[in-house]
Amino acid sequence: MAITLNINGRDYAIDADPQMPLLWAIRDKAGLTGTKFGCGIAQCGACTVIVDGNAVRSCNVPAATAVGKAVRTIEGVSEQNDHPVQLAWQELTVPQCGYCQSGQIMSAVALLEKSADPSDNEIDSAMAGNICRCGTYPRIRAAIHRAAELSKA
Amino acid sequence: MNKMNFSRRNFLKVSASAAGGLMLGFHLPQAAEAGAHGAAVEINAWLTIDPNNIVSIVTPQTEMGQGAFTAVPMMIAEELDIPWENVRHVFADANRHVNNNNLYTTTSTGGSTTVSRRHPYMMQAGASARERLRVAAATKWGVPVEQVTAKQGVLTAGANSATYGELAADAVNVTLAEEPKIKAYKDWWLLGKEDVKRLDIPLKTSGTATYPIDVTVPGMVHAAVQSCPVPEGKLVSFDFEAIKGMPGVIAAVELKQVKDVPAFTDLRSAVAVVADEWYQAKNALAVLPIVWDLGRGASISSESQNAEALQLLAGPGTLVLNQDGNIGKNLDKGVNHDAVPGIIAASSKVVQGEVYHRPFETHATMMPPCAVADVKADRADVWTFTQDIARSLNEVADQLGRDTKSVFLHQTYLGGGFGGGYNMDVHRQATAISAEIGRPVKVIRSREEDIAQDSQRPPVWGTYKAALGDDGLPVALVTHFVGEEKMPAFSQRGVANMPYLVPNRRHEYSAVQNHIPIGYHRAPGANHNGFIVEQMVDELAQAGGWDPLEWRLKMTEGNEPWQRILLAMKEKSGWRTDMGSGEGMGCAVVESHGTIAGCVATVSVSRRGQIYIDKLDYYINSGYVISPLTAREQAESSAIWELSHTIFGGLVVRDGRIVNTNFDSYPMARMPDTPPEIQVHLENSEDQWWGGLGEPTGPPTPPAIANAVFYATGKRIRVTPLSKVAL
Ligand code: FES
Ligand code: FES
Repeated sequence: MAITLNINGRDYAIDADPQMPLLWAIRDKAGLTGTKFGCGIAQCGACTVIVDGNAVRSCNVPAATAVGKAVRTIEGVSEQNDHPVQLAWQELTVPQCGYCQSGQIMSAVALLEKSADPSDNEIDSAMAGNICRCGTYPRIRAAIHRAAELSKA
Repeated sequence: MNKMNFSRRNFLKVSASAAGGLMLGFHLPQAAEAGAHGAAVEINAWLTIDPNNIVSIVTPQTEMGQGAFTAVPMMIAEELDIPWENVRHVFADANRHVNNNNLYTTTSTGGSTTVSRRHPYMMQAGASARERLRVAAATKWGVPVEQVTAKQGVLTAGANSATYGELAADAVNVTLAEEPKIKAYKDWWLLGKEDVKRLDIPLKTSGTATYPIDVTVPGMVHAAVQSCPVPEGKLVSFDFEAIKGMPGVIAAVELKQVKDVPAFTDLRSAVAVVADEWYQAKNALAVLPIVWDLGRGASISSESQNAEALQLLAGPGTLVLNQDGNIGKNLDKGVNHDAVPGIIAASSKVVQGEVYHRPFETHATMMPPCAVADVKADRADVWTFTQDIARSLNEVADQLGRDTKSVFLHQTYLGGGFGGGYNMDVHRQATAISAEIGRPVKVIRSREEDIAQDSQRPPVWGTYKAALGDDGLPVALVTHFVGEEKMPAFSQRGVANMPYLVPNRRHEYSAVQNHIPIGYHRAPGANHNGFIVEQMVDELAQAGGWDPLEWRLKMTEGNEPWQRILLAMKEKSGWRTDMGSGEGMGCAVVESHGTIAGCVATVSVSRRGQIYIDKLDYYINSGYVISPLTAREQAESSAIWELSHTIFGGLVVRDGRIVNTNFDSYPMARMPDTPPEIQVHLENSEDQWWGGLGEPTGPPTPPAIANAVFYATGKRIRVTPLSKVAL
């Protein structure tokens, strides 16, 4: 069965059965491997993408539910790796192994689009769905504040 | 020193080799980089220089977050003397390494050794390249080599000047009469500096760093795997007919165990379901009828191991001698271990410890174990979760019965490692499946399979008995720790060789039966044992009327590396034990991987027993540090690693199987669990000793927190996780 997914502003004709999780459609059908698999049960956030403005765990929703919606992945955050969140992440050297970071960045982008200058409490709750086994949380917290600053400038 | 050959003898043309074999249209964006510098000249196997003076440096170790892909280039760039912005990183070619007499000495990555143990020959590679460039310049300009300086990528002698890139081709033909010595610490211009950027960061903010799970090979299919849920058990049969008609399903393959009891990377008895898409394989595997012979483990549980451990602790254990020593070299030489129990029995002031316990923990790297294998008639290509690309290459060659020349094990980034990449048979699984079905295959373990089958950090139980003298300090001490049968050494580290100079010491050890696989982890011994030893110390200090920090200072008198840390803790942390009303500070110091790390924790405990960790303050002495940025990152990382286990960890074994196998039942520390303040102080002795930095702040974290909770509440926490402790 073919569905059309709009990912990062581009239409992808995807041949997938209706139960295929959005994550695997993005990775294995659209070939966008920046979005990662970590748990498969909406617990770790490695697979976070933005669907119509909301951070969504793509491992746990069928691809079919994203038809007609705007899906954004790490590849669509910026052309030059220079979105304020990416710049702040680079400046504060957030990533270690890097595996969780696409999901972290997508959660942070979604947060900042809703709340331009989030408090620590807002950051804690918006980022609570993203696990980082390398423990980069203190840097992520600082980098979200920094990204908020960069966005204002 | 390591025997290394820095001449050209083993070297191939760089354009084809530096990325690890031929380009076959794999989805491996970074690997293209080596080819992009087609005009680059290979000075030695470690580096190439292109006409624009861009230096590409090979890192044989694995980058799994710990900074190897920056640390190794830094060490080479220090000696080469090239501006950091001219440095690029390239993957190592495992095939070239293995087939040229271990060209890079080793590709093994673990035990926090990349810098601490390997710097001599890595720095040598950079120094050697620099000297050959100088000789090339001297020859070209007709001046004595002493007159040629090599600095920041430029060679100069009087009015003559050229970039390294301009003379690289000449340097290739130079043979040095003598290899240069590597630089002394005082001459470093790049190592030890705060502002050196990591080379792998941009790839990791754009989602383009490639992990094994991201590799795609034309014609590739996907496999989900399951080994016996009770480790050591074996497959009896499965019924492929039951899943044959399911969407996408192609085959089911039995993976045969080679050894009776597999360890580390040995292939385990397992079933793989192969399908077009991975989720299809996983769904089909979930309903595949499988019959297992569960083996001896089926009767073992957390409860049974706990009961066995308590029974063992009630009797005597086996004497363990302090053979390792520790930093500061205060060994317990000349101690009559047999006399210690008698001294305690005769004492009028005896302290009898209670039983401490920490459970199994698992790696749970964010990237689940995965591998891609493409086994063809004439060559095999593999991408996998490994912390030693050469060892994995050799294992694939061995499994296929092929020459190592035809096996290509491609280096990628890893989504975490923490020792797990030494214990994994996923490359063997992918190789076996691809060979069997004649197609390239990607194996991904579900998180549940990962945690159920991982090589775990073993549990530990421990207690002690001590006699105190008139000054309140211990005169005799017996410790007894219980580990498990597979890797008993993990339950001994940091106990027999603790730095505290108790005149009469005896350490005993026992082991429970265990079938759960055990493997390398982030400081597996020190993390567990530090929890017990550093609380025992607080209990002894309290019994003797000593402040716990003063007790530690007194008991390590004359041991400079330890004193340095303890004094820094005393002076900089605002140390006090009398905060009162639900607040407390606690300290702990543990040595691991040649580094001493102290932690001062500040906590508050609510009336309902809720623990808040307000601040974690770390003090680290690793001798030298080459990258303060990475040192701080790793300190934060290993601290949160162990904080996670302190609050939430603990695998539960029931009927031989691990029952909490995903993040809903084995929770992790998350953003809201991260203390508002984590400070890292580098307090280095800087005297001819290099400690590892990938793990040492973990071990002092749980005991410092537990000690702080004691001062806040008067209650002692003797088991983790805290989430299961009632205060
Ligand atoms: S993979 Fe989707 S939340 Fe973990
Ligand atoms: S950077 Fe490794 S899991 Fe987050």
